[in-house]
Amino acid sequence: MSTNYEDRPRGGGYDNDDDQDRRSMGRGGGRRIHRRRVCRFCIDKTDLIDFKDVRLLQNYLPERGKILPRRISGNCATHQRMLAEAIKRARNIALLPYTTD
Amino acid sequence: MDTSGGFDLSNKRQYEVVFIVDPTVDDEVTRMTDGFKQIVVDQGGVVTKAETMGKRQLAYEILHQKEGTFVLMEIEGSGHEIAELERRMRVNDRVLRYITVRVDEDRRRAEKLKARRTRKAAKRPTAGSAPRRGGGVDFAEASGE
Repeated sequence: MSTNYEDRPRGGGYDNDDDQDRRSMGRGGGRRIHRRRVCRFCIDKTDLIDFKDVRLLQNYLPERGKILPRRISGNCATHQRMLAEAIKRARNIALLPYTTD
Repeated sequence: MDTSGGFDLSNKRQYEVVFIVDPTVDDEVTRMTDGFKQIVVDQGGVVTKAETMGKRQLAYEILHQKEGTFVLMEIEGSGHEIAELERRMRVNDRVLRYITVRVDEDRRRAEKLKARRTRKAAKRPTAGSAPRRGGGVDFAEASGE
């Protein structure tokens, strides 16, 4: 648990304000709070995620360059898989970094 | 059996090839691209698209280069021309990197999904406007936790 995704400035639409507040409040409180899980790609009815679409992919690649996990982004399994594949392809041709430090 | 549509598609594969050219030989990019196109054509493939995506900063250094010119090609063929093309690019020092992605299967799948969606929408014109199902799922999840 070294990476705290909540602290960073929000890149894409994977989070919204009140979710964030409630989460940080509830961390020590013991009560798990329901956060809304919506897959952006399902809403947009995306069937293909292009590995050349750097703008889009960057939203799911926080500072460190790691792929944003599903539990944070709220993506559905199908789209997370497509997204991960696209990010890996983009990394291969230096459109996206493997790591940043 | 519909041999016309199905058969033709399964025989022809579609690929997307992206390669990065050393930016210090910038003026030669079009010539190189033409050369690669010729290779594909010679092998019996069809180049459906070839465009330069321009000079871009690389996300990390490749062969001490920080920039590169990206070129995108779309190729249709059996797959043999890809093998030859990749071999040539591997040998060429000016190609910093290349990636080939087979896209026909994913595209066909996407089209299928889209067709299914439109069919569903046509069947139940009210389905889109009724949020009942989505709301129900949300509620169940909330109470479960």
